[in-house]
This record gives sequence, structure tokens and C-alpha cells, in this order.
Amino acid sequence: MTTDKTSTAVVNPEAAKGADTVVDPRLLVREQGLGGYITEFKRKMRGGDLGSIPVIIGLIIICVVFQSLNSEFLSAKNVSDIAVTMVATGMMAVGIIFVLLLGEIDLSVGSVSGVSGAVVAVLSVTHGMNEWLAILVAVLSGAVIGAIHGFFFARIGAPAFAVTLAGLLFWLGFMLQLLGDTGTINLDSDGVVGNLTTYYFSDVAAAYGLAAVAVVAYFLSAFLDTRRREAAGIPARPLVDIVVRTVALAVFAFGAAFMFNQYRGLPLALVLFLIVLVGTDFVLRRTSYGRKIFALGGSVEASRRAGINVTAIRVSVFSIAGTFAAIGGLFWASKIAAANQGSGAGDLLMNVIAAAVIGGTSLFGGRGRTWNALLGVMVIVSIQYGLALEGIATPINYMITGAVLLITVVIDSITRKTQKTAGRA
Amino acid sequence: MVHVSATPVLALRGVSKRFGAVQALTDVELEVHAGEVVALVGDNGAGKSTLVKTIAGVHPIDDGVIEWDGRAVQINKPHDAQNLGIATVYQDLALCDNIDVVGNLYLGRELRKFGILDEVEMERRSRELLSTLSIRIPSVRIPIASLSGGQRQTVAIARSMLGEPKLVILDEPTAALGVEQTAQVLDLVERLRERGHAVILISHNMADVKAVADKVAVLRLGRNNGVFDVKTTSQEEIISAITGATENAVTRRAARNAEAQK
Repeated sequence: MTTDKTSTAVVNPEAAKGADTVVDPRLLVREQGLGGYITEFKRKMRGGDLGSIPVIIGLIIICVVFQSLNSEFLSAKNVSDIAVTMVATGMMAVGIIFVLLLGEIDLSVGSVSGVSGAVVAVLSVTHGMNEWLAILVAVLSGAVIGAIHGFFFARIGAPAFAVTLAGLLFWLGFMLQLLGDTGTINLDSDGVVGNLTTYYFSDVAAAYGLAAVAVVAYFLSAFLDTRRREAAGIPARPLVDIVVRTVALAVFAFGAAFMFNQYRGLPLALVLFLIVLVGTDFVLRRTSYGRKIFALGGSVEASRRAGINVTAIRVSVFSIAGTFAAIGGLFWASKIAAANQGSGAGDLLMNVIAAAVIGGTSLFGGRGRTWNALLGVMVIVSIQYGLALEGIATPINYMITGAVLLITVVIDSITRKTQKTAGRA
Repeated sequence: MVHVSATPVLALRGVSKRFGAVQALTDVELEVHAGEVVALVGDNGAGKSTLVKTIAGVHPIDDGVIEWDGRAVQINKPHDAQNLGIATVYQDLALCDNIDVVGNLYLGRELRKFGILDEVEMERRSRELLSTLSIRIPSVRIPIASLSGGQRQTVAIARSMLGEPKLVILDEPTAALGVEQTAQVLDLVERLRERGHAVILISHNMADVKAVADKVAVLRLGRNNGVFDVKTTSQEEIISAITGATENAVTRRAARNAEAQK
């Protein structure tokens, strides 16, 4: 492109103000190499494009505060427990992120997760069905429930908020009906569902191996991408940047692996969660289906004119949210080793939405990644565990989580405002 | 300088369109050749938008014939128009603010390799397209939200060029733009002509029309009110054709006398 040669355009606005340049001084031309990368980064920061930085800083603050209050907080057992507990909420947050990307909301995910747990319990325990089959039925019913919500929203045109609010109540009643008079069905803790949160790869090699695979895979994909971009003659990420990111990932991955190996090894639940995150991130950012979801979050009219089947995408996204709600419900049932009347109720729905938003997914649609679910849910569950270690009761926990959510929404709104004034929203 | 072919790319012959009791277009004639910019002007409600929508396939015509490369065609759906090679850039640009320039250019027709988005190839082709059109934007990888109004307009026009259309219809491309941005868009219109595209330009701005158009077709109350050659016609003549100021006591007498003589 011609702009690459006109490096004069990068001069700072103050200098360009008086100068009578031919080039539009507002042009932001990205320089090649590391220098350009740093200016680009600074510009993003000023423009309010903070990405995951606030939540990572928040996580560090949480760790420092709770660790100084109680040295048990960063112990291998506690970290391992946090990693397992967060998966149920995290899975559901992944589904919610799809819906939030459309700029919509799904309030039914808590109840749908309860239905999923109840379906598995009733089918496998009461009716003696094969557990794998029962799991399949539960996940499929989540997908169908989501598609029903999507149909009423996308085809009939009812507001998603109202449809899923109705769903919240309806599926809660449905779950209670399924569970029947006893209200609680205990699950076999050695069964498939039971193992979801209780199985650990105790071999030390598992955790380190996964960390190594993740680091190598990340480096290779980033490096090959850069090579392809260079071959095509378009700007590429400098190698230094890739190396820095890879090292950061390696430190985090091997640190976590070391922690897990100090306790019972690599938790199965976490492995499944990471697989889901990698998979959904790939779908959202590397397939045309994902591109269509972002497009709908940006402008419905533009998407329609580009020939995107708006109704089909909307129904499918709600179906995805229902599916992940059901999967989350399985992990929840596994954690408490039962399906009971309290499943999917209480603060679960709020935590799921909070996790997505705290992680950096915009409530206004069109901005976010599924990795946000991991960061957000780490914040929420860390606070819960930290407070529990201090022996602080639920009321305070609710108040603190509420405050964190408010802070996040405020950051999201301010970010959006800054981006608007910087012309980036 | 500009090569104009003998057969018009698009010709409207006696096109009429009614909406219920409203006769929006009556016996409208219009010809556009390859490598030619035809400005379509007229007062509000003159039928410019309706005419464009009949060509773009949004409103099928009631009477008359649409000829494409000399043969009569039916345009009943937007899809028909696209298949013929007609691209329309509407006033509201229909771009996604949160997606980057490359993503917007290829929205709905992404390039894929083994089912995966081929970002590298899309970015390479986007840069190529933007540089052949001499479009200057900061980066093809920033969201549309970061671009100025003029830059967005040029991206929207570039987007319409991806299908290599023969005819490009621009609906008020400079309506909301500043002086410098308008200049950029007008430059782009000239480049489209140089590349041999036929262009229909709807505009309220006589200065823009005089600057880039070859012919000016005036619509008044849903009828043709003259086609003028831009170089030999003064701005006043065009404006009087738009407003109907040509119709006065003198012209009416002349018309009556002409009829009486028959």
C-alpha cells in the first residue's frame, strides 16, 4: 500500500498542526518493525483499547491481597481447587459470550444448566440409562432449549431479554418437575459425570506436557503466520513480539503446571475447559461463521445487505449458549455429586454474566473473545475462595462480587466513551 | 482521454413506476456508457432514488424496458442486478464499525482455505485494491469506527468494486463530507471512470456534478427534464431544468404555437 512509504504521516499531531503537509496529518501509519509496534500499542492505550490489561491487573491485586491476608491462598491445593471449581461457571460464560457478541443477553443459562444436571441424573440414576447416552441427551436438550429461545427472538422478534427471562422461570419449573418429590438425586461419584471434576492426571508429565504443547503450538502458529504474511508482503508481527509473548505464556503455563503437580496433578476439568476455549476462539476468529457473529454485533443492517442469514445466525448462537449452559450444568452436578433443587439457582446466572463482562466482553456487542471467560471466572472464583479462607460469609461475597461487576461495567462504558472520542467505537 | 463505447452498458427505455396512486416515474429514458459518469440530479421527490432502486432491483419496474449491453433484461431482485454487474453504494454505507477494513471489504464473501478464513490473502488483495484505487487509509487492520466519513465512503465504494461490476451507482456519496473528503471521493469517481466502469452519480451538489460528470440527466416530477453535456451547459441551465424555471409564459406559448402548427 502506498501509505507505508509516507512515513511522514506518523509525526505527532502537534508538529503537524501548523505544517502545511500534503498528507492528511490524521493518518496513522503503522511503521514496520518493533518501533512501529510500540507506537501502535501506545496509541491503542490512549484510544481506550485496553484489552485484557485491567482484568490481569485486577487478578494480580486479588492474589496479592488475599495472599497477604492468608498464605494458604496461593497454596497448591487452593489453586487447584479454584481451577476445578471455575470450570462450571466458565463453560456457561463461554456460551454467554457468544450471545453478548450479538449485543443480546441470555438470562436462562442458570436454569438450563439445572435442567441438564436433572436430565442426566434422572436418566442415568432413576432410569438406569447408559451415562454417556444420558450426557448426550442432556447436552442436546440444552441445544434445543437455546434454539427455542433463539426462534422466539430471531423469528418472532420478541426481545431476547424477555424471552430468556420467561425461559429462566419455565426451565426452573421444568427442572423441579423432573427431580420430583425427593428433590435431590445423588450421582455416582465414580461415574462419567462424577469424574468430570474429580479426575486428575496424577502423572507429573501430563501437566508439564500440556504446558509444553501449548507453548510450542502457540509459537509455531504465530511464527508461521508471520512467515506467511511476510511472504505475501503485508505487515507482520515482529519476531521479538512473538518471543516475548511466548515466554510470558511459558512462564504462566509451567508455573500453573508446577502448582497442579504439587497437589494431585492436572485436573481433567481444566483440560476440557482449555480445549473448549481454544476451539471456540478458533471458530469465532478464524471461520466465516464467527465473522458473521461479529458482523451482527456491529451492524445488523450491514450484515443483512452482505447476504448474511441473520435469523439462522441468531438462532444458532442462542443454541450454542444453551449447549454450553448444559455442559456447565454437568460440571456443576459433578462438583456437588448430585442434581438438586438448588442447581442453577442463586447467584450462578449473575456470576456467569459477570465472568464474561469482567473478562472484557462488551455488553454493547461486537467486542470480546472466549478467552475472556477464563480471565473473568478466575477473578470471581478467586474472590469466593479468598473470602472463604478468611471465613467471610456469603453476604460480603455477594457485595464484593457486585462491586467488581460494577467496576467492570464502568470500565467497559468508559472504554467505549474514550474510544468514541478517539474515534474508535 | 475517455473511451465511450457505442452500445450503452445500461439503457432505460420508457420506464414507469407506480406506488399505489403515486406515479413515481413516467417514461424515463437514461443511457449510461462504459467509462462514462452520468450525474442524476433533481429536486427532492423528483424520483432519483426510485429510479436507482429500479435499476438496483429493489423496486421492479411497471412499464418500459431495461437494456443491458443492448439486450432487454428483467431486474426483479437485488440479486439479478448484482449478477448483471451492477453495484450500488447507498447513502447509509452499511459497514460494520467493529470489524476492520479487510473484514468489511470481504464481509459475506470471505476467502477461505480449507474452510478457514484466509486472512493473509484477503489482506493482500485488499491492499492491492485500495492502492489501485489510490485510496489512502491508515491501515487495513483498524476497525471502520476509526475512519473519517470520507474514508468510510471510499471503503464502501471499494467494497462495491470487489465484484468487478460494470456499472456502479453512487447515492449521494459526498452528502455528509467535508471539503477535503469530498475531493477524495470525487478523485475516486474519476478513477472508476478511467478503469472503464460506467458510473451513475446521484448528487445535490452542482459543483461536484460539474467536476466529475460527463453527462447530467435531470429528473423533474418523475419525468426526464433533459440530458445535458456538462462541458457545454452552464450551471444555471441545469438548475433551471431541476427547478422547472424553464417553464414560464414564454415557453408555454412557444409550445402551444408548435402544437397549433401541426
